[in-house]
This record gives sequence, C-alpha cells and structure tokens, in this order.
Amino acid sequence: MTEGVQVSGSLRNRLAVTLTGGAAVLAVLLFIVVRSYAAQIAQQGQDSILSASVTSILDAAVIRDGVVEIDFPYASFSMLSTPMDDRIFYAIYQDDTLLSGYGDLPRTAGTATRAYQGSAVRLATASRVLIGANVRTRISVTVAQTQDALSGTLSRISRNVALFGAGFFALATLLSIWATAATIEPLQRLTTSVTRRGPQDLSPVAKPVPLEMLPLVASLNSLMARLDQSLRQSEDFIAEAAHRVRTPLATVRSYAEATLQRVDREENRQALRSMIRAIDESSRAAGQLLDHAMITFRADHLERDDLDLVDLLRELVLRLTPVAEMKDIELHLRADGPVIINGDPILLQNALRNLIDNALKYAPGESVIGIRIITEPRFQVEIRDQGPGFPADEIANLTERFSRGRNAVGTIGSGLGLTIAQDVAAAHGGSLALSNLPEGGACVTFSL
Amino acid sequence: MRYILALILCLWPLLAVAQEWEDRQVFQGADASRTLRILSSTDTSFFEPIIAGFLAKTPEVSIEYLVIGTAEIDQRFRQAPDRYDVVISSAMDLQLKLANDGFARRLGGVAHPDWAQWRESLFAFTSEPAAIVVNRAAFDGHPLPRTRQELIQALRTRPDVFRGRLGTYDVRDSGLGYLFATQDARASETYWRLMEVMGSLGTRLYCCSGEMIDDLSDGTIAVAYNVLGSYASARQQTDARIAVILPSDFPTMMMRTGFVSRQAQHPQDATRFIRHLIGLQSDPASKDSLPLPPLSTDSAGQSAIALEPALLTYLDGLKRQTFIKEWVSAIVQQ
Repeated sequence: MTEGVQVSGSLRNRLAVTLTGGAAVLAVLLFIVVRSYAAQIAQQGQDSILSASVTSILDAAVIRDGVVEIDFPYASFSMLSTPMDDRIFYAIYQDDTLLSGYGDLPRTAGTATRAYQGSAVRLATASRVLIGANVRTRISVTVAQTQDALSGTLSRISRNVALFGAGFFALATLLSIWATAATIEPLQRLTTSVTRRGPQDLSPVAKPVPLEMLPLVASLNSLMARLDQSLRQSEDFIAEAAHRVRTPLATVRSYAEATLQRVDREENRQALRSMIRAIDESSRAAGQLLDHAMITFRADHLERDDLDLVDLLRELVLRLTPVAEMKDIELHLRADGPVIINGDPILLQNALRNLIDNALKYAPGESVIGIRIITEPRFQVEIRDQGPGFPADEIANLTERFSRGRNAVGTIGSGLGLTIAQDVAAAHGGSLALSNLPEGGACVTFSL
Repeated sequence: MRYILALILCLWPLLAVAQEWEDRQVFQGADASRTLRILSSTDTSFFEPIIAGFLAKTPEVSIEYLVIGTAEIDQRFRQAPDRYDVVISSAMDLQLKLANDGFARRLGGVAHPDWAQWRESLFAFTSEPAAIVVNRAAFDGHPLPRTRQELIQALRTRPDVFRGRLGTYDVRDSGLGYLFATQDARASETYWRLMEVMGSLGTRLYCCSGEMIDDLSDGTIAVAYNVLGSYASARQQTDARIAVILPSDFPTMMMRTGFVSRQAQHPQDATRFIRHLIGLQSDPASKDSLPLPPLSTDSAGQSAIALEPALLTYLDGLKRQTFIKEWVSAIVQQ
C-alpha cells in the first residue's frame, strides 16, 4: 500500500521536535532571565548595604575646632558581616587627602565593581560637604566589600534555577510526547478504518473526525462517492447492454433454428449450426455479465438467510442433469442430511451453478463429476472432474475477470464463471481454491 | 621613599639581630630545616603543653616560639610576613585586620564553628574574659565588688586606700588593652565613668597582664581593671593574695586567634599546627589539662566579642585618635 507514496518528513517528529525544541529554548531563556534578574537583585542588596555603611560614616563626620572628626558607629562595619566572611575595605578622604583607611582603594563615583587585592570588590562612594567656621570641606567615603557571599548566593540560585529549568524541560517533553500522540491518533484511526475496509466498500467515513481533518475526509468521501457512482454506472451499463443484447439474440437463435429445419443443403446447414453456436456463446456471455453485475450489487447488500446447502445442490444437479446426460456425464452428489448455512441463496446458487457448468464444459464424455460437501473445519463444496485440469502456470490468474485458460479454446464461455464464484465466496467471507488432482482432473473448492 | 627602602634593606641584618623578644624558645625537632616560626602574644608557659603535644605527633618539625606584645606582633608581621608561619594573638581586631588585608592563608576543610572562625583563615581557640583582679588585703573587711558599678562605689568610698594603687592596660601600647577598652566603651558608658574615677585617683599603666598581676601580688597596686582572666586565674591557684572577679554587669570575652601566614615557608606544617591547636582547644576532655581555657561552647559564642569586620572600626586612624584622646583625658588627667 505504502510503496509508490513519497515520504516527506513526519508530522509526529516535526511536532515533537518543535515542542521539545521550544521547551528547551524556553528553559534556557528562563534560566538566563531568572539568573540575571537574581544577580541584579543580589547586587542591589549588596549595594544598598554598602551605601548604608557609607552614609552612616558620612553622618558621623563633624568639624570640631576646624578639624574633621569622624566617630563613625560600630554598626557601619558590622552591617557588612556576611555568612561567607567577606573582606571589607574603606577609605575616607577630606577633599583629596586621605584621612584614614586604605589609600590604594580605587575611588569611583557611585557603585562599581573593581579588582582590588586580587579579588573583585564592590565599591560604594558618597560624599558630603561640611561647613564649619571659615571652613568648607568635602568629605568623601568609599566602602568596598568582596563578593564571596554574593557569588555563593548566585551559584545557589543558579543551581536551583537550572534544576527548575531541567524539570520544566522534562515536563514539557513529556507533555509534548503526549500532545503529539493525541494529535496523531485520529489520523491513525482514520487510516485503520480505511485500511480495514473490504475491497467493495466505498461508503463514506461515518466516524466523527477532528475539525482540521474535515477537508481531507470530506474530499476522501466525495472521491469515494464519485468512484462508487462511476463503478455503479459502468455495472449498470454492462447489465443494461447485456440485457439488451440477450433478448434479440434469443430471437435470432429461434429464427436460425427454424431456418435450419428448412434448409437442406449441407453447407448451408453447417453455416447455420456455426451461427447458432456463436449465438449461444454470446448469449451465455451476456448472461454471465448480468450475473456478475447482479453479484457485484448484491455483495454490498447481502441478503443472508438460513438455507440447506444439500437442498440447493440437489436442485442444481437435478436442473443440470439433462445437459450432463447429453455428454454422458454423471453428476454425483455426495451429501447426507441437511447442512444448514447462513448465506444469500441466490448468490450461492449462481456461484455453484457456474462451477458445475465449468466442470461440465471441460469434462470429457462418459466421466463422473463428483460434488462433495465438507463441514469441518468450515463449510466447503468440492467439485472434481476428470477433465484436463487447470494449466498449472495459469492457476493463479484464472479467477480474474475475462481470463480463460489456454485449453478453453473451442469451449463456450466468457471467463466470468470463476470470477463470479470467487466474488460470492468473498462476499460471504470465504474463498475459492483451484487445484489439479494427482490422478488428473480439476478440483475446485468453494469455502464459506 | 626609595632611599628609605634602600636604607632599610642595608640595615636589615642589623635590625634582625637587634630585634628583641619578650621570650624566644626553640623546640628542637628531628629536622632543623623544617622550623615553624610562631609569632605569639601568649606567654611560653601557657603554650608549652600545646607545642609539646604537637611535637609528639610530628617529631620531624622544629618550632621557634617568639613572644611579643600584640601591637608589636602586628607591626613586625606586616613588615615581614614571609618570616613567620603562624601568628597567634589575643588582639582579635588586629588579627582580623591582618586576615582582612590578605595576610592569612585560607585553610580548607577545617571543621570549626562559624562564629569561631573568619574566612576559614582566622581561627579562635580560647574564650578568655577580661577580669577585675584585686589584692584581697585591700578589701579586708569590705565586700569584693561584683560589678563595675560596685567597683566605682568602692573606689569613691575609700579613695585614700586606692590612690595611686590602681592599674590597667596602657591602651596606647597594648593591642589587647585597646580591644578591651573599646569593647567596654561600646557596651556601656559605665566604662568612661570608671576611667574618670580611676584617673582621678591616679592609675598605673601597664603593657601586659603579667606585670599587673605581679604588682597585685606584692601589693604595689590594689585593683587592676581588664586583666586577662586566664592569666589571673592561673596565678590565683598558687597565690591566695589575689582575687579574680568577672564583672557580672556585662562580660567582655576575648577569643585568642591564630592564622597561617599566606607567605609561610612551611604552610603544610603551619596548617597542621593550627589544626592541632583548635582540635586540642575544642576538645572538652582536655579542659583541665591545658593552661589556656578552651573555646566556650555555650550559646555559640554570643558572649564573646564577635569575629566580624566591625572589629576594624576602632582600628581606623580617626576613630583611634578620638578614642585615645578621650581615654587619655579621662585617665591621665595631668
């Protein structure tokens, strides 16, 4: 089924890759955003403590007797204690003269991060103008702190956010797998329901389908409807044509027979006999075409009924005995007791008659055609003749429409008999098997 | 500046020889090339058992134990941090500043409570209170003061007994004295009133606890304020003339700290020594066998001066200047 169809990617894969890829991108984005945000907040925290420390030192600055005194509180530095024991540095300047602290500490405006004594430190600087008697001076204070606690906090946050992101990604992946499966499922259901159909089933898809699949299913339905209609039309046409041909043929045949009675010249009689045989062949073909059309139609709407297979066969044998006797062939039906089966009686009768007809046609004169009913393991009708058998290399193709064996040349037939039997068997859920008997002769097994 | 440096370099050998120590002991091990130089403010007698224990475990190491005052330790170490392996001092503020300024080596994986260490480089190993020590004879028939307030009362009631017979650290010279004084001043105004009273009666100023205790024993002075409690208690056991009072109004508790110099010549041995030191001092089993009091484990060191960067506050030049000025004006009063 799938050969000859070009594959371009997979919806499932595309959907899964898009969803998981999106989740991965989101997770990474989440990590970056949260981490940078956390870094910003943590940095703000450190900055505000540093600024508070600077302010508390500046607040303590006074001018006494023209000399700057800064008796800053213990809390100025104790507020800078961190769990990671960060180092602190500070510098107090009066104008540009170092009053106390670390003279080599970089001086910056506001807050900044600089390298000092081999590690990164965060600095906060602020200044204040002191006005005393005849003195106006600017005090500027810088307090710096290493960033061990900050980076500790950040790495902890990073770890947690990374875990969170990974969890998010895992969850999103599971979700996407589920979503993909749920999305693909109706498509698979449709595929299954279409695949499981019988060869004759061209009815529209009746099960509800998702909105997105509606156009596809609608076109599929309309395609099948058109197909069904055109098939029906051609069957109708054939049936109509066969019917139209058969009636005038019967008329022509009766005229030909009447004429044959009246004609004496041998060559004319010979010509008329050939004519009658050709008419018989045409009318039989037309009949079988009609039968086939009928079967094709009925196979879709089987009218099942309980019937006795033995009865059915006995009646057939009875009806065909005159034909058989003309060729000195004995129809031997082996069956005991009624065999009740469930099926369409008209179709079954038609199929079995075609099979027995076939056997009669190919069986040599003064031979026996055996008909047997097998009930185990399933119901089967076996028809054996003592004719030439099927050509071994054609046995597989013989049930195709209008296919006739090589040895059928010179025998009246349309090539539809086996096709009809096979179609009927299939409509009943069975099959038709052809084989040759080792002692010579053909064997047809009709299974239900 | 360059000339001064050159001068120092030229004179260095002389200086080195000329350096004087309060005490200098060499504990000879198997390998004289592996000599740990320990710079310490703790009297050798208090440290000898600890060193002996260390040498018993690592006999291949020799130890040179150098004793000098806390302020001197800071100066000498800053001049030549590569000449010493371990620095041990009772002046927590100076020690913390050394660590803060990057002179201490970080030792990883030392199991020690958070409050008793700083940056895994500065480790506290004793809890020692500042004490009021008195000569019992001076309080004969009078109750011993239990608080600073009661001491002020006693001094005011009998000024003639105590005039010129009081003693305390000279905070200008002693790092530990300065630490005690600043922490007292931070805790309560009572400190300043006591200093005023002591100043008005005339107070002798000392560099070290040992000398104060000596003078107390022989009655040269009657009361000494902010004496190192561990030293006084040790003396009290052999000398009934003195009494050690731990003031109950607010305790001032110091933790002796040690660190390994970042430029130590024998960092592994120095680290081993610090581990030995804090292991020994944190072990409650060794409480009675050691001359130095162990780290007090009660209430996670809350009673002790906290090991935190705030200790740098009073080491600030301006702060120190202001404090010393006030202190001098209170206690010297001439």
